[in-house]
Amino acid sequence: MDMAKKIAVTTTLNGEESIFLCEPRQTLLEALRDNLGLIGSKEGCGNGNCGACNVLLDGVLVNSCLVLAPEVEGRAVVTIEGIAEDGELHPLQQKFLEHASLQCGICTPGFIVSAKALLDDNPAPSEHDVRLWLAGNLCRCTGYDKIVRAVLDVAEGDS
Amino acid sequence: MASTKQNGTANLAANGQNGYKVIGTRPVRPDGVDKVTGRAVYAADVQMTGLLHGHVLRSPHAHARIRSIDTSKAEALPGVRAVVTAADLPVAEDKIEDLGEGAINLKYLSDNILAHEKALYHGHAVAGVAAVNPHIAEEAAALIEVDYEPLPPVMTVDDALADDAPILLETLRTDSMGEIGSEQTNLASFFRHQRGDLEAGFADAELVVDRTFRTETVHQGYIEPHAATALYSADGQITIWTSTQGSFAVRGQVCEILQIPVSRLKVVPTEIGGGFGGKINVYVEPVAVLLSQKAGHEPVKIVMSRADVLAATGPTSGSNIRVKIGVDSDGKISAALAELYYEAGAYPGSPVGAAANVSLAPYAIDNLQVDGYDIIVNRPRSAAYRAPGGTNVAFAVESVVDELAEELGMDPAEFRILNGAKENDRRPDGVQYARIGQIETVEAIKESDHYQSSLEGNYRGRGIASGYWNNWGGQSSATAVLNPDGTVNLNEASTDIGGTRASIAMQLAEAMEIDYEQVKARVVDTDTVSYNDVTGGSRTTFATGLAAYNLGQQLKKEMKRRLAEHWDVEPSEVSYEDGAFNAGDESLPFVEAAGLVQREEPLMASSTVHPQDFGPGFSTQCVDVEVDPETGKITILRYTIAQDVGKAIHPSYVEGQMQGGVAQGIGWAINEEYIYDDEGHLLNASLLDYRMPTALDLPMIETIMVEVPHPAHPYGVRGVGEVNIVPPAGAVANAVYQATGVRMDKLPISPANLLEAMWAKQAEEAAELVPGDD
Repeated sequence: MDMAKKIAVTTTLNGEESIFLCEPRQTLLEALRDNLGLIGSKEGCGNGNCGACNVLLDGVLVNSCLVLAPEVEGRAVVTIEGIAEDGELHPLQQKFLEHASLQCGICTPGFIVSAKALLDDNPAPSEHDVRLWLAGNLCRCTGYDKIVRAVLDVAEGDS
Repeated sequence: MASTKQNGTANLAANGQNGYKVIGTRPVRPDGVDKVTGRAVYAADVQMTGLLHGHVLRSPHAHARIRSIDTSKAEALPGVRAVVTAADLPVAEDKIEDLGEGAINLKYLSDNILAHEKALYHGHAVAGVAAVNPHIAEEAAALIEVDYEPLPPVMTVDDALADDAPILLETLRTDSMGEIGSEQTNLASFFRHQRGDLEAGFADAELVVDRTFRTETVHQGYIEPHAATALYSADGQITIWTSTQGSFAVRGQVCEILQIPVSRLKVVPTEIGGGFGGKINVYVEPVAVLLSQKAGHEPVKIVMSRADVLAATGPTSGSNIRVKIGVDSDGKISAALAELYYEAGAYPGSPVGAAANVSLAPYAIDNLQVDGYDIIVNRPRSAAYRAPGGTNVAFAVESVVDELAEELGMDPAEFRILNGAKENDRRPDGVQYARIGQIETVEAIKESDHYQSSLEGNYRGRGIASGYWNNWGGQSSATAVLNPDGTVNLNEASTDIGGTRASIAMQLAEAMEIDYEQVKARVVDTDTVSYNDVTGGSRTTFATGLAAYNLGQQLKKEMKRRLAEHWDVEPSEVSYEDGAFNAGDESLPFVEAAGLVQREEPLMASSTVHPQDFGPGFSTQCVDVEVDPETGKITILRYTIAQDVGKAIHPSYVEGQMQGGVAQGIGWAINEEYIYDDEGHLLNASLLDYRMPTALDLPMIETIMVEVPHPAHPYGVRGVGEVNIVPPAGAVANAVYQATGVRMDKLPISPANLLEAMWAKQAEEAAELVPGDD
């Protein structure tokens, strides 16, 4: 296969039908950022260790740097750009702001997508549940304290 | 003194204290929505028409002479637009300039961008390629043929100072307190601070503890890799979009390296994904400029991989440290000696000077000597990392202090209070303290729920440690534009890494007596305001905040003057209260006044500051650990930090600095280290193998903000960013001792290192039980 020859991929992206061109060697992260202009997913490591690029693929949390772009054919992708609904910030986004859960903010999109995946699955997590689930997302600024509090605050607000 | 504890849930909307309206509240930061929705533009997010992608080829050797470089095959690859090597850089002068946070020799700076004659570490940049996409650029870089003559690597202090050590830099001579040596050497410099009579002090001592320690190289670990985009326009004007702690520091370095006047370069700071000192030096910026020029004036973006970030940027020094402290029969320190050997990486400039200042700073000591050695090794050129040099030496000093307190049968907090430095005492290098809060931080820990609680269970222990950081003032520039609708545009050039747009805007709002929401803070480029030092040295909320305070005072004063003219009264008769200007019977709300005073002439203000009198920070911390005796794994059970913050402008971001610094310090203490093989290859250049703390590794971090206002700032602000990382390694080591009976003499206290030490102790104890024949 010519790795530079572009192919068309049809997917549901943040709820909208979408067709994009990509090289077979491109990761989903590259396609999102460079081909589709969705810069909210960040590359912190490129090999699945930091979680800054996390997205939902058919509702499952994945590192988009470890998914090849053609693999999303026929599937549904939700990125940080698709978390706010109807022009309103998602409660996680709102609580991250109120709790000052971000300092530099580079890891924030990944944390919010990951936390959404947790709360979709487990609306009333314990502190340990939150810490275990978010152990795949690295933050170097906050020491996680205010991130964990924001997620717990959203969970408590829902229950 | 006031202190504020963070309770179980954050107080989200606490009112300001001490008569302040804005200061002490916790508003949402102005850049917050963009950062939680993914809209914020960081360095790698920059896109523009015709963008080319760069890739940097790096040395596979730790130490090698470069005989030749053949780029022809790379240039011939379709899609490649330019290839550059050190031959494309102007010849750099052997001269010293201060272009960021400390002085640097320009030749070394240039050499580090692209290796000239020698590659000095695994990962040293050798060539750059620009192509139509990053994959082709990477393929092309692999086609560059470099003929290396590998040389023996010099990896540690001991290697570097050995009699027959290979020499890294042929022209380097030791600078020994201003005297320049005559021999080739890897010892870049030596200095000594001393006062009193060391020998007499030790002779007076009832008890002396003398220990040596080793700490390994660690990285700042920001989650955003370095990235930059450069456009060398056909008219000779150059623009760089980059993630940096200091846009003017980038301008200064790039202009010196490329020998161009500053007027030709504009640096546009993007959002920055963490820095911690590691985003002051330039790496890819000059390469991107050269590539853009050579590629026909098309923009070139270079994004580093994580492996490149770990191999070639940062890190901070590994070190060998000796600490000897004597105490008299009352438990007072009678003499102290510290010898600090810091690895600078491939070029001189370890933070050993700052480390010396930190070393014994929390204590009042009459007789002391601190020796510092700056040593080059085949590791990446070291960069600043949050209180540079402090964590290493505080680990050593606080371990010895803990041992002394134990031997004396004294509570370790009491020992620190008895010997604590206060106003008019002196730092190791002689600098005299103004009002400081060291003893207050120890008292805060001593009285904390945490320290007062009991800790039970096998292999559990509690430790405390203190730390110091000098902070910085530096130069700041800012302008403020009064809008006719009563809002103020605040233009400043201090990169916002952790909420400083908010903490600076809050000071302008407080000074003008308007709401926080009326101030719109923006970080602008190097063409828009005057010179501004880096966001570093814990200076931004202090110094740029001072500029913002001045702007507020100026605008308010000018509004009063113009209103006085309008009302035909003296300016002194115009007062401002509860959101309105008043004079006699006249009264005008601020918003209406903002329009009225600008009917004839617009209103803006500018402020430049260079405060010399910046207040140092102290922190004392307490940690409970549990050690798994089977695996050597340390679990952090509970952590409390007390820090003198002067005055917390935005308490959430102050707590965040405290918690973040502690988390980095814990990583340094128990996990993080650069691992090299015998040939100097870095073996753990990934975030899986360079293991930083995750959410699961840490508990909530309890914060006690001790507020001893800094007398030289209108709101009492002290820098809060750095001192928090100084005590954790010492505190953890002291807790590990309580848990296991083992005093660790090296970092990290990784499972392997700790198990080895525990086994050695067990073997020693077993040997004592067996009747010996000797």
